[in-house]
Amino acid sequence: MHTIAEAQRSAVFPEVNYLSARHTVASWLFTVDHKRIAMLYLVTISIMFALGGSFAALIRLELLTPAGDLLDSDTYNKVFTLHGVIMIFFFLIPSVPATIGNFLIPLMIGCKDLAFPRINLLSYYLYLLGATFAIIVLVRGGVDTGWTFYTPYSSTYAQTEVFYATMAAFAAGFSSILTGLNFIVTIHKMRAPGMSWFRMPLFVWAHYATSLIQILGTPVVAITLVLLATERIWGVGIFNPNIGGDPVLFQHLFWFYSHPAVYVMILPGMGVISEVITCFSRKRIFGYTFVAFSSLAIAVIGFLVWGHHMYVSGQSVFAGIVFSFITFLVAVPSAIKVFNWTATLYKGEITFEAPMIYAFGFMGLFLVGGLTGILLGSMGADVHFHDTYFVVAHFHYVMVGGMVMAFMCGLHFWWPKMTGRMYNETLGQISGILVFVGFNLTFMPQFLVGYLGMPRRYHVYSEEWQMLNVMSTLGATILGLGYILPAIYFPWSLFKGAPAGDNPWDAKGLEWETTSPPPTFNFDEENMPVVTEEAYAYVIERNTLGAR
Amino acid sequence: MAHASDSLVAHHFEDIDQQNESAVLGMWLFLAQEILFFGGLFAAYFVYRVKYPDAWAAASSELDIYLGGFNTVVLLVSSFTMAVSVNAAQTGKQQRLMMGMLVTLALGLTFVVVKFFEYKAKWDHGMIPGSGFVYHSTTGDYFAGVNPDQIQLFFCLYFVMTGMHALHMIIGAGLLLWLLALGYNGHFGPHRFMKVELFGFYWHFVDIVWVFLFPMLYLIDRSWMLQG
Amino acid sequence: MSDTTATHDDNGHDHHIVSVKAYGMVISALFFLMFLTVFMAFVDLGSLNPFIALAIAVSKAVLIVLIFMNVWFSTRLTQIFVAGGFFWLLILFGMIIIDFVSRAMVTNPQAWE
Ligand SMILES: [Cu+2]
Repeated sequence: MHTIAEAQRSAVFPEVNYLSARHTVASWLFTVDHKRIAMLYLVTISIMFALGGSFAALIRLELLTPAGDLLDSDTYNKVFTLHGVIMIFFFLIPSVPATIGNFLIPLMIGCKDLAFPRINLLSYYLYLLGATFAIIVLVRGGVDTGWTFYTPYSSTYAQTEVFYATMAAFAAGFSSILTGLNFIVTIHKMRAPGMSWFRMPLFVWAHYATSLIQILGTPVVAITLVLLATERIWGVGIFNPNIGGDPVLFQHLFWFYSHPAVYVMILPGMGVISEVITCFSRKRIFGYTFVAFSSLAIAVIGFLVWGHHMYVSGQSVFAGIVFSFITFLVAVPSAIKVFNWTATLYKGEITFEAPMIYAFGFMGLFLVGGLTGILLGSMGADVHFHDTYFVVAHFHYVMVGGMVMAFMCGLHFWWPKMTGRMYNETLGQISGILVFVGFNLTFMPQFLVGYLGMPRRYHVYSEEWQMLNVMSTLGATILGLGYILPAIYFPWSLFKGAPAGDNPWDAKGLEWETTSPPPTFNFDEENMPVVTEEAYAYVIERNTLGAR
Repeated sequence: MAHASDSLVAHHFEDIDQQNESAVLGMWLFLAQEILFFGGLFAAYFVYRVKYPDAWAAASSELDIYLGGFNTVVLLVSSFTMAVSVNAAQTGKQQRLMMGMLVTLALGLTFVVVKFFEYKAKWDHGMIPGSGFVYHSTTGDYFAGVNPDQIQLFFCLYFVMTGMHALHMIIGAGLLLWLLALGYNGHFGPHRFMKVELFGFYWHFVDIVWVFLFPMLYLIDRSWMLQG
Repeated sequence: MSDTTATHDDNGHDHHIVSVKAYGMVISALFFLMFLTVFMAFVDLGSLNPFIALAIAVSKAVLIVLIFMNVWFSTRLTQIFVAGGFFWLLILFGMIIIDFVSRAMVTNPQAWE
């Protein structure tokens, strides 16, 4: 079996690569190379993540004590809203697709670039435009509606920067649509000879499903935000109850996108996990076709469940029953994935490199997040849990425990490919463990405090809940540390990291057959890849099993 | 997505087929996105139409059926001229291509101008949503007793729906100008017409939106006109 | 669709070109349907009117999509995505309408009967 040290002994940094192709600032800002655009995205979303994270830190700090001593109510409302808006629209939604997906999909299917390189760049600038609007909101005093922008508060009563906030989400939305469009066309039309649908890495399948949601869901929230913005301008609009409008209609239109958006956040993460689990257990994935089709099933069924956010909104009980039932159904394909990953591990030759630690973390945390989701999806239970910290804990388990873990997992796994350098493995493992421990300490108490009835979005609470909140803040500190570590050792590795070599993990897949970092057009142009074997053709060297 | 160089095939594509098929698929995915974009508006329309059928019929009757009908004719004809332009591009008839696009542009602009005068009439009658909204029935007492607030709700949707549509028309006119400039510089040929073809898809899509908007906004119930 | 010709250009690419005559037939049909829908608006058929108007609009849209937008002659892949886009629209409408229609049933038990 290859170890990292063994693979790297002969590794040299390739002279020709996409990073060294040109050095001017313009060559980065106007690049149409999907790899450079991915790096631009990576830098920008990291900044937005830090921004969103600092708002989270403020929230946790405020909640250390039951009294509102750090922030007043209005400021607190703005802080949690900005935390939500920035994290969801500017970090979670683009996180894996726009960075790792953008970088890897052409490499994985063996082509020179995405189908529409200039649209890819446009998508980045739309994202940047959206981020600029978000900063404008921040500078002009913030927005306090919650990231869901519920009417009629947002349309009629809020005195804050709702208009700019909707513009921010609108621009980010179209950035996301264009990314999805590019991926679908690329996956359909640009695959290398021999790369049939069922030889594609599951990462690509997951992104295909994600892209479907981005294209079919995002425009609905976009037009809904336009309606909200016009309502702010006119002072009256279609969600205004005074003229017979129905605020619940806003929730329908909003969640038509925003529930599937949860899958935009988690599906690419699932794709990452499928790659990493197979690599570090040296086994072909168990049930390839099931995992592939479960991605599509999640994308499709995910469109039929949005009403589970609206059980107590005035939606009809009958609609609630329908949505509740379909919510249970959507758990099935997610469970299929977890079962298949577990079966892949079985009798595998498992090693615990940093990406694998994150992958294990993902599986455990996503499981908790998913199962509590079933609890919340049942209409009766949700009446009790609605708008309590139980919900907050649930979606953080899915989004942070799931997607951020997967993002970090993928970043560690493909960092050598993206930059050509190895990060410090020990620090990577430590950060993985810190994140896992810190995360659980942050959000497990929130399940309890939510179960006890602490409502979300309040900065004061009864004193009996302080112990659990202190635990949560302590956990958040550890979690923050776990995120700060990579922010140090990743940039450090750019300068001091050992050359990675083409394939430091001895992994399967076309992306590992080119240099690290890859040349501008991904492969040796005289010798474009031809695929002759299935995905994940790993072989366990049985004799090493007993030896260890 | 032709490259800036003389080559018809961009560097990252294998051949012209792959490039064209990608472009067509990409355009359709964009239009699928557009379908859902307008879909949100239509969903709102349906909900309130089911809720307030009488107000919807009364408010619809305030719209100018002659101007609306005229615009429908204009848009249908422009779709036809655009289709003919695409045919001309595919068969290499440059003159006809330029003429076709020019006529399409003229019709598109006509639509927008007529729409502007429709808006202006509503402005003059104070029927713009907001605090100053007033509803003076012009249909006699045929729709007596409808709630003026619900009339205002209709006009909120009317302006957003037709406004979004008109915005698409204006963007389309801009794209047509760009295509005309390209054509003037001899950009198109029998093997180079994808831009025209894809733009045609867009233009027809905008036409389809109007095909739904016209009966849904202008024609809910016109039987009162025969009795007047 | 005998009015159409398929040509092979020099690149060996199979590109369907729809004839001007076919376009002419479609635009005639569209005009007929337009006058039909205007005419129907003047006839009071009660609750049937909206369905007739929608049916006519859908047929016009189908004509435009299939012929003007060449979907009839496109690859299966394109056809699937076109159909998918419209199908998703039905999901949006359908699930929202379920709520708004069934609200009356709860507040007004007689609506169940
Ligand atoms: Cu949900």
